[in-house]
Amino acid sequence: MSTIAVEVIYRGIFQKTMAKHITRGIVLAARKEGKVGIAFGRYGDSPERNGIPAKQFAIVADNDEELQGSIAKYEPTEVDVAIAVDDALCKGVESWAWYGLQPVNKLLKENGTLIVTTTQSAEELIPHIHKKELPYNLAVIKGKASFSGLWVYKNDHTDMRVLGALPRVAPHLFGSPALESAIREEWKDELKVASAEKSFERVQIRKVKPEEGNPEIPYSFTMPGWKSMEEGLVVRAIPLGSHFPGHDGGYRPERNPYFKKFTTRTMRPVVDFSKCTKCTLCWLQCPDSCFDVTPDGYYDANMEACCGCGVCEAVCPVDKCVTMVDDTRFDNNNGEWEMWKKDKDGYATWLASKIEHRPERSHGFHHRGQYEKERIEQTD
Amino acid sequence: MAAQTAGAAAAKATATPKSDDKEMLISGCEAIAHACRLADIDVVTAYPIRPYDTVMQMVSKMIADGDLDAEYIVAESEHSQFEIVKHASAVGARVFAGSSGVGWFYAFEALAVTAGLRLPVVAMVGNRALDDPGAFGCEHNDALAVRDLGWMLTWVETAQEAMDNALIAYRVAEDPHVFLPCAVSVDGAFLTHSQHLVKVPSKEKVDQFLKPYDRGSKLLHPDNPITIAPQVNEDWLIEIRKQNDEAMKRAQGVIVDAYKDFNRIFGRDHSPFLEEYMTEDADVVLVGQGTLAMPVKVTVRKLREQGKKVGFVRLKWFRPFPTDEIQQSLKRFKAVGVIDRDYSFGSPYSGGVLYTEVRSALYDLANRPLLHGFICGLGGREVTIEGVTEMSEILLKTKQTGKVDKQVAWIGVRE
Repeated sequence: MSTIAVEVIYRGIFQKTMAKHITRGIVLAARKEGKVGIAFGRYGDSPERNGIPAKQFAIVADNDEELQGSIAKYEPTEVDVAIAVDDALCKGVESWAWYGLQPVNKLLKENGTLIVTTTQSAEELIPHIHKKELPYNLAVIKGKASFSGLWVYKNDHTDMRVLGALPRVAPHLFGSPALESAIREEWKDELKVASAEKSFERVQIRKVKPEEGNPEIPYSFTMPGWKSMEEGLVVRAIPLGSHFPGHDGGYRPERNPYFKKFTTRTMRPVVDFSKCTKCTLCWLQCPDSCFDVTPDGYYDANMEACCGCGVCEAVCPVDKCVTMVDDTRFDNNNGEWEMWKKDKDGYATWLASKIEHRPERSHGFHHRGQYEKERIEQTD
Repeated sequence: MAAQTAGAAAAKATATPKSDDKEMLISGCEAIAHACRLADIDVVTAYPIRPYDTVMQMVSKMIADGDLDAEYIVAESEHSQFEIVKHASAVGARVFAGSSGVGWFYAFEALAVTAGLRLPVVAMVGNRALDDPGAFGCEHNDALAVRDLGWMLTWVETAQEAMDNALIAYRVAEDPHVFLPCAVSVDGAFLTHSQHLVKVPSKEKVDQFLKPYDRGSKLLHPDNPITIAPQVNEDWLIEIRKQNDEAMKRAQGVIVDAYKDFNRIFGRDHSPFLEEYMTEDADVVLVGQGTLAMPVKVTVRKLREQGKKVGFVRLKWFRPFPTDEIQQSLKRFKAVGVIDRDYSFGSPYSGGVLYTEVRSALYDLANRPLLHGFICGLGGREVTIEGVTEMSEILLKTKQTGKVDKQVAWIGVRE
């Protein structure tokens, strides 16, 4: 039995084409070595939503009979290689369907490899990745979350660099000659071949032991059977909210206890409460109703519910009051207002340190040439 | 299962109505309209298509005359007609809608989700051929098309039964153990467009039989904040389908109870699923549904005069299909002929829908009767005594030889 499964975890829509290039490239390269394979997206992720974690898969086998066991499934039960093309996905993967939050390394086999494209080091990523009972490898390809393949965004060869690392981390999948031959045939571009070759050399691999990583146990839920499910497709409303936790006043709406949504986030708002005029706009305009009302009338973005869309920053009429910053610079979903209330000077220092990281990540590229400039700065 | 004699049947038809029943000369459509009035429906939707639409004219007249207080909504299509009643049913309204032929098909998306959402919509189908080519006459393919979706389906023989079954349909559909939609099939032309003497009961009696529709905690209302019809995908749908399956199974028992109450309150003697006609000592029987029962009964009597032991079993409910009752009934005979006023091109032996279902229901019997399928009466062509005689002779021959020569035959088709 020799079936090799690879998953690509990516940001819905933004990275879909790139993920498709990677999974197709895997099957085409393996084919050059006489293997067979399939490439497919996780059906439950479709139709994709902007930024929602999604998956595509490539399964490679020695022959058609071995491949049969991997066909007509939504998702493999385990993978040899998991590839996250956005390091913010290390915090977890929650699609918009009923999978719940999955650790990014959940499907990895023992001694399998998680590849992450990131500007951070492996040491910085590991605290975000959930602990796993089995050892695995973490491979780092230097690069930011790429939009390569999305409409007008310039192709930065992230797909080729991921493919180029595979003969290093999973030589049983295919060798470099097969990959290069497949790239030439499919994409007809010698620069892409060169990018793949370079990545083979540059990818950095580190062992991750079972005791390393985020100790948090992801919440789980049981799926009721037909006898206990309410009939008539009735879903009871979530109850109304109540006061801000730990205080008499304020208001926190009840939220869906099963669907957290925060793994969609790559940026998070930080609020300078000393500048806030309590104008209500962020609270009113947030499409996910993520703002809790504090007892003193401020609006505190709840990080279990925030998708990081940035609407609050856009509508805030006060300069530098709400600022979107890189979410990978945070290790928890704690509330900001409580922190500010306890120690306002300390909060100001903390806020400044978070805002410093702002240019490292953006939702897109706001001016011509920004992409090329940032790419060179961060990867070379 | 008591076999009726011709004399008893005739005597029953001319019996004086019960004191507070009012005898009226009305069409099958109008009989359904009276059922709507008696059930005190809240919302009714209309879109014209022959032959069901007389019911809409009658209901609008009842509202105009002040005999019925209901929202009468003229939709712009059958699809909207059935979407409107589906939603109205979700907010607790007792609803009615109807259609025919391809009009019913135009509503198909709404029909499918009504059953999926467990909404007790009651509909009338004035059975009509699916055109093109243009045809107004009766075929059963229109209503049969929803047979797999969770709709309960009943076929009636008379205008009286149209009214009675419409009332029974509300009672069964709105039972919280069921909560499934129900379509009452009324043969186009023969019932929809001819007037019969019908015993119309009083509202007081109907109120004893039919309690107000209560959706309970599933009511879509601001005071009961719920969502219905969420996106569920593969994680939930098979469980939901299983719930539908169980509801349809439970409907069987609910129908039996409803008939008991109905017979007691209205002084009738309907049997729930099958009407057996001269079957007690029969060697062979025909099986069918709808108005073709009339020429079949006449033929059976004629053949009996010649000493030929032929009988007839009329199926009243197609969904839920009364499998046990069909088995218990048909296992007593040597040969059975299923009459289909419908077609199922490319099906096993190219038989009709009813033939295939009866055949499937009999499969587990240790001693199955020999089985024939007859397709006839399509496009509303009359089912004739000659035709039924031909079918009966085929069955009698099969009884003698012990062998089915040809599984399915078309009767009354020009060659």
